[in-house]
Amino acid sequence: MMAIQTQTKTETLVRVERLRKLYPVTAGVFARARSFIHAVDDVSFEINHGEIFGLIGESGCGKTTTGKLLVRLIDPTSGHIYLRVAQDPSTDSQGEQFVDIATLEGRTLKAFRRNAQMIFQDPYESLNPRMTIFDIVSEPLGIHGIGTVYEREERVAELLSLVGLTPPESFLFRYPHELSGGQRQRVAIARAMILNPSFIVADEPTSMLDVSIRTGVMNLMLDLREEFGISYLYITHDLAVARYMCDRIAVMYLGKIVELGHTEEVIQNPLHPYTRALISAVPIPDPTVERQPIEIKGGVSKPIDPAPRCRFYERCPIATDRCAREDHPPLEDKGNGHLVACYEI
Amino acid sequence: MTTYPVLQVEHLTMHYTTRKGTVKAVENVSFALDKGEALGLVGESGCGKTSVALTLLRLLPENARFLGGHAYFFRDGTDEAHARRSVGKLVKVFSDGQEHQGRLLELDKSALVLDVHTNGRTQHLRLGRDQIARLGVDLTALSDEEMRPIRWRGISMIFQAAMNSLNPVYKVGDQIIEAMQTHMPISIPEARERVAQLFQLVGLDRQLMDRYPHEYSGGMKQRAVIAMALACDPDIIIADEPTTALDVIVQDKILREMRQIQKKLNMSMIYISHDIAVIAEVADKVGVMYAGGLVEFGPAEAIFKSPVHPYTKALMSAFPSIKGEKVKLAALPGEPPDLIKPPSGCRFHPRCPYATEICEREVPQFVEHKPKQYAACWNPLSSLR
Repeated sequence: MMAIQTQTKTETLVRVERLRKLYPVTAGVFARARSFIHAVDDVSFEINHGEIFGLIGESGCGKTTTGKLLVRLIDPTSGHIYLRVAQDPSTDSQGEQFVDIATLEGRTLKAFRRNAQMIFQDPYESLNPRMTIFDIVSEPLGIHGIGTVYEREERVAELLSLVGLTPPESFLFRYPHELSGGQRQRVAIARAMILNPSFIVADEPTSMLDVSIRTGVMNLMLDLREEFGISYLYITHDLAVARYMCDRIAVMYLGKIVELGHTEEVIQNPLHPYTRALISAVPIPDPTVERQPIEIKGGVSKPIDPAPRCRFYERCPIATDRCAREDHPPLEDKGNGHLVACYEI
Repeated sequence: MTTYPVLQVEHLTMHYTTRKGTVKAVENVSFALDKGEALGLVGESGCGKTSVALTLLRLLPENARFLGGHAYFFRDGTDEAHARRSVGKLVKVFSDGQEHQGRLLELDKSALVLDVHTNGRTQHLRLGRDQIARLGVDLTALSDEEMRPIRWRGISMIFQAAMNSLNPVYKVGDQIIEAMQTHMPISIPEARERVAQLFQLVGLDRQLMDRYPHEYSGGMKQRAVIAMALACDPDIIIADEPTTALDVIVQDKILREMRQIQKKLNMSMIYISHDIAVIAEVADKVGVMYAGGLVEFGPAEAIFKSPVHPYTKALMSAFPSIKGEKVKLAALPGEPPDLIKPPSGCRFHPRCPYATEICEREVPQFVEHKPKQYAACWNPLSSLR
């Protein structure tokens, strides 16, 4: 596990540039949208080969929207998502190159999906209750027309044992309701893995699972990364989980990334006032530790047509006139790849 | 300072009857709660944490079967209403440092008479009313009618996802006033004043009492529900995962406030959570539940520092932390058992790295392994026994 993290293979796999997603707020079916929720607002980051990149934030901060954009389950309003592929699906030109998946359509979009898959939060809802485990896991093979039924069965069995559902034969023809939450999430991981993707978006994959089960699923995802060099975008609200899973993390607040850097650096030495508050609020499983909380005012609002100033201004304990006067601060490198969006740091 | 118990639970057992079979949800659970103390009940989903609370409050669904055990709810000996409802019931009495247990036969102005069983003989014991420090009545023996005054005023509960239980068509303040008027004689202006004070206590603006639930955020609703649970000034408050649906910053604020209020009012609290980090923050004592049974119980610091039961240790090492060295977490093999067909002997034995042959055969007794640290285990991790 640690070996991969210290490895200096920093080849970029995904490059996100100025990604935006606005949702119209309408008063009725026929009314024209007068305002917009800025769910993801001008977000840029890179994910390296074999890296687990964490997206952290409270509910409504835009982390799930970002994840869905990266696998094109929803279309961005503007911006680019470059993915390194072995072969360009639109021109069929050979050789490794970046393809902007924000613009893909039809056949090329379908081809792209072989490279990027998603694991959802709730394994009780993400698996079709009327399909067997074999149908669920092999469905991507059917969609992409890969293999014969016999080959598919073999491949599904191989993946089920890979994710720890052994013996696979005893799971193939069962239904999701016969499995526990942890087993279901393993099925979801097998389904995401079956096309040999280079990139997986995992949206809170363990938050619905019990503690003793959760660790097994987290360790499985780490093992898969080590074995196959898969990169993950790991979305979570739990900083302790992020610290365990991720190489680098980005903290989001109201659609903006406010801090980004190596996990250990961000958690032990947070710079942005929001990250500081967030980290100081995490309970510590040790009754002898007294935490000193950092007070921030109020609660999270919705980013509906946000004013052109720092998104955190109203709640920030160190805000100055400049923060109100100027637009949201840009992400700036404070050394060693530790990026912060704040005028006062 | 002498501490007085507010609740003593002994050998509580409760099963649910379902079409698939009997779910052995609560099995032989014993613990005690003192005045002003916070007990954290921790365990995974389906381990029986909530069922214990529902059994105490007698709020079980129809398919539940209460199979035995006692839950003594204590009040001061001077509490006349409490003494009166205890007549004819199993009681526990603390008097001059001594503990007596028996059926309360008679009660008059100056004394009470207990029917006490000792060494197979039954004898009548007469105790002066002024000697009695605490009188505890067995809640499991009360009728629904007798239970009603204990709910809210004696023990109140914050249910899981309680913030969604506010009625959307009534103002939040009015809902709290309604609950108060049901349980105690109080006029509307008095009740309004009390709600205003409660709102201040839980960190809500008093103007909010005339607003509707949809005008509240999640954290505000949770605060309102806490205010409601505090409305009748209960002795014990049971909080069932009160912050689970909330974001971490809001959770932190509410945890702190609950802790402050509990200390300030010297209230007792049972805090139910699956999150061991949250339990570490709020609890003085910790009870760890697994598959329907209490596997370990004791002072929080002792349990976190040196757990006796292997499950407690496994639970702690399965939690990542943002502090300390980053270590590979050890996953427990297997899954929690089906409580319709729980494993024989110790219910944890199929997953336990220390299991021996006896664990499979016999149920371990729940005994004191270290001072005040109780556990049910044949192969404790550390013990003075």
